[in-house]
Amino acid sequence: MHATLLQLDGLSKSYPGVRANDDVSFAIGEGQIHALLGENGAGKSTLVKMIYGLVRPDAGQMTLRGAPFAPAQPSEARQSGVAMVFQHFSLFDALDVAENVALGMENPPPLRDLAARIRTVSEEYGLPLDPSRLVGELSAGERQRVEIVRCLLQDPKLLIMDEPTSVLTPQEVDILFRTLRKLSSEGTAILYISHKLEEIRALCDEATILRGGRKIATCDPREKSARELAELMVGQLLNPPERPARAMGDVLLEVEALSLKSNNPFGTSLKDISFQLRAGEVLGIAGVAGNGQDELLLMLSGELRAPSHQVRLRGQPVGHLGPNGRRGLGVVAAPEERLGHAAAPDMSLTENALLSASGRKRLEQGGFIDWGKTETFAREIITRFDVRTPGPHVLARALSGGNLQKFVIGREIELDPDVIIVNQPTWGVDASAAATIRQALLDLAGKGAGVLVISQDLDELLEVADSFAALNEGRLSKARPAKGLTVEEIGLMMGGAHDMHVAHEVTS
Amino acid sequence: MIRLEKRKEPSKLWRIANPFLAVALTMLAGGIMFAMLGKDPFVAIRLIFFDPIFSETFASYSRPQLLIKSAPLILIAVGLAIGFKANVWNIGAEGQYIMGALFGAGVALAFFPAPGWYIFPLMVLAGAFGGFLWAMIPAILKTRFNTNEILVSLLLVYVAERILAAMALGLMRNPDQPGFPGSRDLRRYEAAYNSELIANTGMHWGVVAAIIAVIFAYVMMTRHMLGFHIQLAGQAPRAARFGGVSPARLVIICLGISGALAGLAGMFEVSGPGGQVRIEFASGYGFTAIIVAFLGRLHPIGIVLAGLLLGLTYIGGELSQMMLQLPGAAIQVFQGMLLFFLLALDFQTNYRIRLTQGAHA
Repeated sequence: MHATLLQLDGLSKSYPGVRANDDVSFAIGEGQIHALLGENGAGKSTLVKMIYGLVRPDAGQMTLRGAPFAPAQPSEARQSGVAMVFQHFSLFDALDVAENVALGMENPPPLRDLAARIRTVSEEYGLPLDPSRLVGELSAGERQRVEIVRCLLQDPKLLIMDEPTSVLTPQEVDILFRTLRKLSSEGTAILYISHKLEEIRALCDEATILRGGRKIATCDPREKSARELAELMVGQLLNPPERPARAMGDVLLEVEALSLKSNNPFGTSLKDISFQLRAGEVLGIAGVAGNGQDELLLMLSGELRAPSHQVRLRGQPVGHLGPNGRRGLGVVAAPEERLGHAAAPDMSLTENALLSASGRKRLEQGGFIDWGKTETFAREIITRFDVRTPGPHVLARALSGGNLQKFVIGREIELDPDVIIVNQPTWGVDASAAATIRQALLDLAGKGAGVLVISQDLDELLEVADSFAALNEGRLSKARPAKGLTVEEIGLMMGGAHDMHVAHEVTS
Repeated sequence: MIRLEKRKEPSKLWRIANPFLAVALTMLAGGIMFAMLGKDPFVAIRLIFFDPIFSETFASYSRPQLLIKSAPLILIAVGLAIGFKANVWNIGAEGQYIMGALFGAGVALAFFPAPGWYIFPLMVLAGAFGGFLWAMIPAILKTRFNTNEILVSLLLVYVAERILAAMALGLMRNPDQPGFPGSRDLRRYEAAYNSELIANTGMHWGVVAAIIAVIFAYVMMTRHMLGFHIQLAGQAPRAARFGGVSPARLVIICLGISGALAGLAGMFEVSGPGGQVRIEFASGYGFTAIIVAFLGRLHPIGIVLAGLLLGLTYIGGELSQMMLQLPGAAIQVFQGMLLFFLLALDFQTNYRIRLTQGAHA
């Protein structure tokens, strides 16, 4: 048993329009590794910001080792022994490791002494670091070590880590876990924020689950399955709407046993992916972010090439084709990141209309651009999808997220595709715009196109999808009819239990 | 306290105004430098910027020089600007310029003394090919092994200079005058001579090529998919990939175009104003063209203006060396200042500088 280190009592915090934290209470024991678990927007960041003194709670109090604890700013939190490693590092590339550490300290010792201490501490905890190296030359994992060592030099009682493994390779994750366990064994408590369930089950003693700003449960993650944790995270609130089964046509797009290495060192490689998409079908793919969604989209759009026979359109191999080759055959895509991927920020809407439509809309001839026709096309998108903007000459980055999303999805829908792949089609989009986008996708399916929607929003998927599958660590579960799926079954698919047979196929 | 704020949109006004401001600041700082060297700054500035065109005494010689000096600068800078737009940094145009000259001169010397209308066109092709080939080294190393094209292209300049020296002293040395380093004088070989097209104007085939290149670049960058893809790749590489642009193909194209144009510039120089392959043939056009490209805002029309201005400083520099005994390096410092001031001023295109009350925590 752990003696209580930090006790949270009824913490609440509201921002205009959002209740970020609502009456959250739990305790962290001395030397305990405590997980804070929740989906995007569940309130994890706000909560730790209150503990670290970046945000003041509206109500509730904290006690640290029995004494009242209400840090007004991070330096006070640090003095009380609370340290934090952020997801985004605050390091200067042009300075060396020791100089960077000194910059974060209130009263830094002379650099030579500091360098010696960095060397000792980093070696003691299995995080070798050369204090004289320039930070600009370090890998992401090594930069994280600098941040961790900076915290360790202050002898913290509580170390907060915000999604530390999102930037690490598997080997670096192993090293980090060893360090964290050693710290814990020496009595340092760790508050570990993540949505990677397997990691939490491997590392943490206790887990507190947040959903919609409220605490849902505190439990021992090792006694729960990943599926149970996912269910807690996602909630039982889902009510799959009744959807009439639509008549589906022939198989349009087919992927068979495809494994593909991610082009990003921190990405998730695709493992043995197989699915079929029929004419008129909406296939929804669920999963927590970072489980291969980006890679799946890149592979389908043609930005990542695949062995030609493992991706087929109407039986024809297309895996070797690039984005324009696939567009020519009727496969279009809208990536998750609007600014910088689906659209060029510093180009006008007219230029962005040209980006993916040049071939299918015949906006060029022999390589020469018909700017007049392109502008007309941009205007069509703006009118049909109600994009709020003064005109097509406006730069993409001047649009709000929702409006740009309408433009990007609208552009792809206007290409009159046979297959459309969208990733997070309504992320950050207001309700009415989201409804417009979903309806447009459903209309497209109604006209006989195959629609593939990748989303973290389960409500959205259950609203539009005919079939349902989930991505977990780069593996795709078998697709099942969305109609009649229970939350339990969805949790099972998202938790990665692919091989388990569900005995009660359609309960109730 | 001075505070910096990022602008929502880059300021159009400063984008246009900065090159002019940079020229003014360069005159000011250059004037101070000349004063410190013990020369009258007003005389020096006048000699550099005004006398080459307006002075009764010098203009008859210097006016034609303006086209001769500016043409290679413009020709090279137009190519470089295309690459810079795509974030492909060819810093080694000087080397490609030398190789173009060697290839062009090589063709001429191989045919010497045969007459033939086809010799000069062949030299043009060979010159472009030489520059292209030299630029393909950084291009292929980058696409195959992900090397840095800035370093590779720059270091290849020094390799090209060695080859130039070896050629001038060895293979291409004039067999009729073995005592002197350097090749035959191509100006005395009619089939290979890039002569003045209109007497006393400095107008030669290189000027024609520069004009064609400017028009070609303008049309490509504003009306053609390739120009669109180049800008896209420079501004948003991921969006470019989404748009179906192959980054490797773009690296090859950009380095290829800029290399070929630099090679052409070298060939027109060696067969005309330069006249022969000499050790000191390279005069820094390839490096000055980088300044021209930036001063011209990477825009073909801007590059014409910037090329004429920098061409002017070359002539004015020679004049002030002659008249005031200014050291030759002074004019290079002068050109360097121009780029320095421009880049410094460009900061305010993207940022707003605010003076605030000195309140601090």
